[in-house]
This record gives sequence, structure tokens and C-alpha cells, in this order.
Amino acid sequence: MTGSPSRRDVLKTAAATAAAAATLPLPALAQNAGGRVVVVGGGFAGATCARMLKRLDPRIAVTLVEANQTFTACPFSNEVIAGLRDIKAQQFDYKKIADDKVVMAFEPASAVDPQARTVTLAGGTRLAYDRLVLAPGVDLRWDALPGYTEAAAERMPHAWKAGEQTLLLRRQLEAMPDGGLVIITAPANPYRCPPGPYERASLIAYYLKTHKPKSKLIILDAKDAFSKQRLFQNGWKELYPDIIEWVSLSSGGKVTAVDPASMTVETDFAKHKPAVANIVPPQKAGRIAELAGVADRTGWCPVEPASFESSLQPNIHVLGDACIAGAMPKSGFAANAQAKVCAAALARLMGGQKPDDPRLINTCYSVIAPDYGITVAAVYRATNGQLVEVQGSAGTSPVDAPKAVREQEAKLADGWFHTITGEMFG
Amino acid sequence: MMLKRTAVWLVLLCPVGAMAADAPPGASSCSGCHPASRTVGTPVKRLIGSNPAEIVAAMQAYRSGQRPGTVMERIAKGFTDDETKAIADWYGAQKD
Repeated sequence: MTGSPSRRDVLKTAAATAAAAATLPLPALAQNAGGRVVVVGGGFAGATCARMLKRLDPRIAVTLVEANQTFTACPFSNEVIAGLRDIKAQQFDYKKIADDKVVMAFEPASAVDPQARTVTLAGGTRLAYDRLVLAPGVDLRWDALPGYTEAAAERMPHAWKAGEQTLLLRRQLEAMPDGGLVIITAPANPYRCPPGPYERASLIAYYLKTHKPKSKLIILDAKDAFSKQRLFQNGWKELYPDIIEWVSLSSGGKVTAVDPASMTVETDFAKHKPAVANIVPPQKAGRIAELAGVADRTGWCPVEPASFESSLQPNIHVLGDACIAGAMPKSGFAANAQAKVCAAALARLMGGQKPDDPRLINTCYSVIAPDYGITVAAVYRATNGQLVEVQGSAGTSPVDAPKAVREQEAKLADGWFHTITGEMFG
Repeated sequence: MMLKRTAVWLVLLCPVGAMAADAPPGASSCSGCHPASRTVGTPVKRLIGSNPAEIVAAMQAYRSGQRPGTVMERIAKGFTDDETKAIADWYGAQKD
């Protein structure tokens, strides 16, 4: 076995190498490659990307940086608010991801040096990367609505990041006497989960109809149109005609200030005194994106659609709610789909290949009542550097669908949640 | 030399990265709803190991409106016949 290889062995090796080269243009293993990828943020985008990348190429060292040991999912958290679901059903840990040999770092990331290619964690640890994935989700803009500070959110919850805020809003609804007024404020686009405020209004109305039927709910909106609008409005007319009132931007729906001490929500035309105020404020990409220099003046992160690599900083990819993904909405499904495209692109890029021309899908379920589901869906492709809808693929559930279809979509929504969280954490 | 040869054969026999990375465009999005695991609580069909011809036929029927669906009749319109076939073939070839 030692000494010079025979001529036959050399020929066999050469043939094998040629065959390998034919099927695998640039095999990373043969180049002794691998490399290091750091993913910041363990939500729908980051957890999916870290896990998928490790599966696609086990030679790549993947570290997932996440501040919390427990993930609390936003989709279906409106059911928690309405008392229909335990928050434990929203919570997942990272054990299976760690079992897949993704290195977990449970600390916030505090800095990125794009030149030195390092991420610094809150405790001072510095992680070197060849490529960095930022999936930090959204930060709430505490400077955008006069009176709405972090302290104000303890009295007027946003509940736009699932967890304590979700439970706070639920407790406030439970404590409210029958006949009380609930206000939900919806921000201008873009923001996390475009149909979210309207699903929340629906499910809170379901709670009120069931437990406190003399109560009212007003949605104060900074927009004149919203996702799945006809479906929501038809559902409200059918199920909650005396409870929900939607005030559009042009009808004076834009909130101009709030005062938690007096529980006042102001518009240009009215001062409301709700018993419960759910303020969904304007948002931006999570702070680490700004620190890494990948957020633009809008507060969001422009990316190349084939790889989700930042248009502003090489070797940094941005996924999910934080990125500007053209026509794709800021949804959990979209984040998961982007993460898988990015993971495949990273595996190719780190093996010296170019990313594929991508196709992505978004399917976004909302429930108007526990047995009344609706969807919006589309397929996306890259055209002129932007993700656009493939013609004919985009649309909502039919406006005139029978009850059986609404029931089926509610069941499918539940199935979707199990499937996608299973892919991430199961 | 022995090591090098072993490495080459590993590449030939276990092209994990290449196989998965070579999933055709669009295929990776399907697993948002179609579960990889058999134990997930969803009425949605698994695609892994499915008959590619059946997937293609279902997608064509969704697209033409012959088969009633919820989201699939929209998503099916986002893929050409060739794209659909590539996705169906890839899922058909996947093993647990």
C-alpha cells in the first residue's frame, strides 16, 4: 500500500477524477473546501437557512447566532391573543438544529466588520466568516409615532413580536369589561405580515362576539388598501357586522399620536379612548442590518434575488422580513422559501459555482374565524434584478368560495404551521 | 495517493451537496407546505418519493381548473410544463 502507485492505479484515479469533474464541475471536497458561514437570527429565515445549508454541504461550518433559547412563532399568535391557543404551541427550541451539527451561539450579535469578515457577539466573542447571513427580522421604530415608546408598549402592546407582548394583549382583552372599545392601528407598507392586523382584528372580534358581545373594535389604518381586503371585509360583514369598523387613511385612519397615561389614540380627526389599544408601529430591518451597513435609507436591505446577497456589502446575505424582496411580502413562508434559495446559493458559491436562476413561492394563510381560512399565494422569479410575480400565479382565495373551502383552508393553515415549523425545528 | 483516491470516491458516491443543491428552481419552496416527514400533522401530501407522472398530471389539472384546489390552482400557473416536470422528477428521485 505504500510506495509509488502502480500505473493502473494512477489511470483509475485520473478516470475517477475526470468522471467527478464531469458530474460535479467544482467539487468542494476535492478542493478541500468547506468554509465558514455565520447566520444571525434563528427565525423562519435564519433557522431554515442554517439547517438547510448544513444538509446541502456538511463540510461547511455553520454557526447560528440567536439571542433566545426559545423561539416564539408569530404566525398563529393571533389565536393566542384571542384565547384560542396556548402560547406553548408557538414555542420551539434549537436542539434538533444543533443535532444537525449547526453550532448554536445563544447571544445577541452586536457588531459586524464587513472588511475583516467578523461578527462580534454581545459577550465579546468574535466569529470569522466567509459568508454571513443576516436574518434579524424587524425592529419597531420607536421614533415614528409620537408618544409610542418602549415604555408605552407596556400599556399599549404592539404584540408584533410574539412572546410576552402577545400574552399582555390577551390579558388586557380578558380584563376588559363587556362593552369596551378595542383599537388596532395598522402601519403603512412595508411591514411584517401584511394581513396580520386584519387577521388579528378578526380573531379579537371572534373573542368579543363569544365573550363580550357589546364591545367594539376599530382598525385605524395608515393605508387605503390592504392584503386580502375583499375577503376580510366580506368575512367581517358575515361574522362580525356590529363589531369591526375599518377606518382607512383617506377616512382619517392614520394615527398621529398616542398617550398611554390617558389611554388616548389620536388621529387628525378624532381622539379615541379605548379600553385596549394594540399599536402596530412602523418597522425597519433589525438593528444588526444597519450596523453591518446592509440597510439603505428606507431602513430595509436591498438584495440580489438569486442569492439574497446584499447589494451594499459583498459576502453578506439578508433574508426574511429585513430584506427588500421585490414583490414578495414579509411573511414566514416567504422567509423560509428565501432561506432555502439562499442556502442552495451559498452551497454553490462556496463550491465556486454560480447560483441558479431562482423560483420562489409564497403562500400566506389568514383565519377570520377558527373554521374560516383564506389565502394569498404567488410564484416569483427574478427579472431585471427584482423578484416579480410570475404572470397568472398570484391571487387570493375566491371571493365567492363556499363554506367548505373556507373550512378546508383553515385546516390547511394549521397543517402549514406544523409542516414549516417541523422543517425548521423538528 | 490512497487518501486522495478515497476522497475522489467519496465525491462520486456521496454527492450530498451537489444533489441537494441541484434541486431545480422552485422545488425547495414546496416543502413549506408539503412535509418531508411522515409524522407531521397536515392533510397535505408528501412529495418525496412520489410518482413524477402523477405530480405532473396533478399540476396540469390544477392549472386547467379540472382539479379543484385551494392554493395549488394558483401556484400551478407559476410553472411551465418543463419546470413542473423537473420538480416532479427531482421529488420522485428523493428518498427518505
